[in-house]
Amino acid sequence: MKAFRLATAAVLFIASAGIACAQTALRIGLAEDPDVLDPTLARTYVGRIVFASFCDKLFDIDEKLNVIPQLALGYETAPDGLSVTIKLRPNVKFHDGEQFNADAAKYSLDRHMTMAGSFRKPELAVVDHVEVVDPLTIKIFLKTPFAPLIAQLTDRSGMMVAPKAASEAGDKFGLHPVCAGPYKFVERVPQDRIVGEKFADYWNKDNVHIDRIVYLPISDDTVRLANLKSGGLDLIERASATDIKDIRSDPKLKLATALGLGYMGIDINERAKNPLGSSAVVRQALDAAIDREALNQVVFNGEFVPGNQWVNPENYYYQQNFPVPKRDVGRAKALLKEAGVATPFDVDFMVPKGAEPQSVAEVVQAMAAEIGINMKIRVTEFATSLKQAEAGEYEAYLLDWSGRSDPDGNLYSFYKCKAPLNYPGSCNSDIDKLLDESRVPSDRAQRKAIYEKLTQLILDNKPILYLYHRRMLIAHTARLEGYRQLPDGMVRVVGLTLK
Amino acid sequence: MLTFVGRRVLQLIPTLFFVSVIIFSLQHLLPGDPALVMAGEERDPAAIEQIRQHYHLDRPLPVQYVYWVKGALSGDLGESMRLKEPVLSLIVKKLPVTITLASIAIVIALVIGVGAGIVSAVKKDSIWDYAANVFALWGISTPNFWLGIMLIFLFSVKLGWLPASGYVPLTEDWRASLATMVMPAFVLGNAIAAVLMRHTRSAMLHVLDSDYIRTARAKGLLEHSVIFKHALRNALTPVITLGALEFGTLLSGAVLTEQIFTIPGFGKLIVDAVFNRDYAVVQGVVLVTATAYMTLNLLADMAYILVNPRLRG
Amino acid sequence: MAEAALTATAGATSAEGVETPTARAIRRFKRRKGALIALFVIAIFIAAAALAPLISPYNPDLQTWSAVRKAPSALHWFGTDDVGRDVLARVIFGARASLLAGVISVAIALLVGVPVGLVSGYLGGFIDALFSRITDALLACPFLILAIALAAFLGPSLGNAMIAIGITTTPIFIRLTRGQVMAVKVEDYVEAARAVGNPHWRIALVHILPNILPALLVQATLSIAAAIIAEAALSFLGLGQQPPAPSWGSMLNAAQRFLVNAPWMAIWPGLAIFLTVLSFNLVGDGLRDALDPRSR
Repeated sequence: MKAFRLATAAVLFIASAGIACAQTALRIGLAEDPDVLDPTLARTYVGRIVFASFCDKLFDIDEKLNVIPQLALGYETAPDGLSVTIKLRPNVKFHDGEQFNADAAKYSLDRHMTMAGSFRKPELAVVDHVEVVDPLTIKIFLKTPFAPLIAQLTDRSGMMVAPKAASEAGDKFGLHPVCAGPYKFVERVPQDRIVGEKFADYWNKDNVHIDRIVYLPISDDTVRLANLKSGGLDLIERASATDIKDIRSDPKLKLATALGLGYMGIDINERAKNPLGSSAVVRQALDAAIDREALNQVVFNGEFVPGNQWVNPENYYYQQNFPVPKRDVGRAKALLKEAGVATPFDVDFMVPKGAEPQSVAEVVQAMAAEIGINMKIRVTEFATSLKQAEAGEYEAYLLDWSGRSDPDGNLYSFYKCKAPLNYPGSCNSDIDKLLDESRVPSDRAQRKAIYEKLTQLILDNKPILYLYHRRMLIAHTARLEGYRQLPDGMVRVVGLTLK
Repeated sequence: MLTFVGRRVLQLIPTLFFVSVIIFSLQHLLPGDPALVMAGEERDPAAIEQIRQHYHLDRPLPVQYVYWVKGALSGDLGESMRLKEPVLSLIVKKLPVTITLASIAIVIALVIGVGAGIVSAVKKDSIWDYAANVFALWGISTPNFWLGIMLIFLFSVKLGWLPASGYVPLTEDWRASLATMVMPAFVLGNAIAAVLMRHTRSAMLHVLDSDYIRTARAKGLLEHSVIFKHALRNALTPVITLGALEFGTLLSGAVLTEQIFTIPGFGKLIVDAVFNRDYAVVQGVVLVTATAYMTLNLLADMAYILVNPRLRG
Repeated sequence: MAEAALTATAGATSAEGVETPTARAIRRFKRRKGALIALFVIAIFIAAAALAPLISPYNPDLQTWSAVRKAPSALHWFGTDDVGRDVLARVIFGARASLLAGVISVAIALLVGVPVGLVSGYLGGFIDALFSRITDALLACPFLILAIALAAFLGPSLGNAMIAIGITTTPIFIRLTRGQVMAVKVEDYVEAARAVGNPHWRIALVHILPNILPALLVQATLSIAAAIIAEAALSFLGLGQQPPAPSWGSMLNAAQRFLVNAPWMAIWPGLAIFLTVLSFNLVGDGLRDALDPRSR
């Protein structure tokens, strides 16, 4: 009897081990622990990476930033720009078996727009209401024409949630999200792991080959890479530029890169009572003193891309007639003299915590010192820096913006008078008018022409000194095949195989 | 004894009150607005207002304090703003992790600390004394985040013997679990070892010098029997109570060590919460760990008195 | 005779040639070779910090962009860091920040903790109970969390980090002083002093304080060691010395990304911290041995 029990136990043990062995799991290292896993309430960049597995969106983007179908098949904007008709994909199920249809799509969009605490409201502020035309078609009515709308639907605002599960859970939906993505949410242990299991009824299930996904937040860059090298992880996001050589020389690892959508820049507080804040000429001088090439070389081994506009030089909307300037100390000093400013003078330089911003700040400081501007570095942690930026309690602020696929996302809220991200406190009615105009045409060339006028005005005033654009660096094991990196930094998990 | 315990339990109340005031004020006086932190990159004034109202952030500080204490007394420690999970449930989830880590760390600390203390005392003023000293002091002479990173590089990347980070529960797979805990427990235990060494050494020196031991030696007992059977037993008593105290210190959160090794215990929870201004989490965890620490203190003192009758009354 | 007995304890030379406590302490301290070596090491670091501008080969802030992360060589004995600064220069100047952080934090803790502990232990009663409960509460909170919160509250800077560490170290000295005072205040010579009619403050300062100094000295030395480590931890979290000014802790912080590519960035400040802190610990332990009334 005892032998029989032992044997059964042994068989079960081996079988379960066998099953476990047969299951493939992709272990992804994140740079932070995501916040709440509710597309309506979430706000972190790293949360979007997790959503890429769990929650499909109406649309997605490709490497060229073109909009491609995901849960929606296509869209059509009315000639007056005040409504958009979207055709939905048939035969799509949510993780709990609910059918995805126009009602579910309307429910999700309404939730993003109206739920208490929703962070998607400003993204969909221009939407008046959503109508169900037929079970597979919805029509979005806008208050004013808004070209960036579809771009919003390629991110969290376009994520579809299961109506029954969402209405039952309310704001606790994030503890167990139910969406329509390739992986089903299994469990989350805060700060430890987030686990997803392949969704058997996924609409694109033939392209999903890995059984489980495990997200492991590891905030220390060095430790994250160490985990990848030792085999504890299969993929890490946000590898360090200075580790690129190391990763490329390791035969067990591969590096996937894409030029990112965001930028690193220095916001200058125009409300501050110092020469930098009060005079555009002084800002031009500081800009001329910065050697973007050297900065890129010293801090990033030349791997990133110097920039001077809010979109990177490879972007369609980049204005070629305003190229990235070379350093010109002579011109900088002449500009200072022209502005009649006595040097040296001090500037309070608020820098967010982190190895990268700190190194960048130290190099910029050394460059500025050569023309008599003393940037006094003040490393500030995230929470404090947000508050002080909003309250205008800084003179210069090194800011990293993660970027949006539509250039409006890098532009509007930063330059419009009194807009939430307009930390410099810049206000120019001409710029405001052009900003609103640029949101109307759906034709790219037309928008680019408007942006050209905007660029001239912005670069003349320079409330933000753009420094560089980062490359999204994803390092993964050589056993992972089929991985391509897109400029938004997201880790897309469809079409991957793990050997 | 009973009056002693009763008096100490009564003392817990004002102490806990002060703990609550200290941690509450420290959190709320920090610059930065949790609603803004929650909003992050997207800044919708309406959403920020809604967060402020939901978490009573727009009320005056004393009012917020009363809300919190009232909740705490009825078992509701509030909710994490970032994760939308009740603080109590977060604590309950992480308690086994921290306790397991602390236990392994204490064992390592006892082995290193007591061992070094014995060697140092028995071979006083010799090279072994200094070697044992340095060995045990090494733990508090290096920043623990530093030691952690070096260990990861050596044992995970270069040698591949141990996983670089992560945590596997003891009940799931005890071998893998120990593998993930060995390095962080070593880093933690190393620091405590110094304290244990000092006390073992001083207690041993004191005992080795006493009449009791002189008698044992005079009786002709072997030296190592003198040390282990007689001296150690007497010397160990204060050490054991000290170990219990340090266990309490460990419970307070091995803040940086857990961060480096990504052990999802209290330490990591608290550090992230401080930087995210997730008030309820910091306040709740500190309250719980402070209570645990003081209880352990009390138990240790009681044990000490029980063992040492001269201190009674 | 009574007068002599009252003041005999604090280092005065006795008439009969019996060894004074101070001399005895010094003799015993000298016996612990480890502590002596440690004292010497500390002296070297203090000298390096004081003479930094004279002995440093380079300006610690000088960035040489063509010499980024270069290995140790004849030009740069300790190599260069991630923006091309000389590591040896930064270690020497960093000694100032780290040693200052250690000493000033403990000075703050002493200045606040000792008087509070004196009052609390001497007066007893409600005041004692109140201070004791507050001290217990402070000691029950995780040290690093208090330090992080204080440093964040005051604003990131080396000075504020020192204040933060000083405040979080104070409870240790309150408790120690109080305990010592309570043990000493029942001694005969204190009773005698009271009987003679000395006012309380005189008893506290002249009769009690000198006798608890040894214990305070030992703890102060050990706390300096802990404070230097705490400064490193705060710098690791971005709350201590602001760039570009060097401190060993902030150097470690910047170095951890380059452990594989440029290990010298981490080895030298790490070694400096280790040697300094270990030395303070050994000296503290040696002092404790030397001043322990129970030892021979």
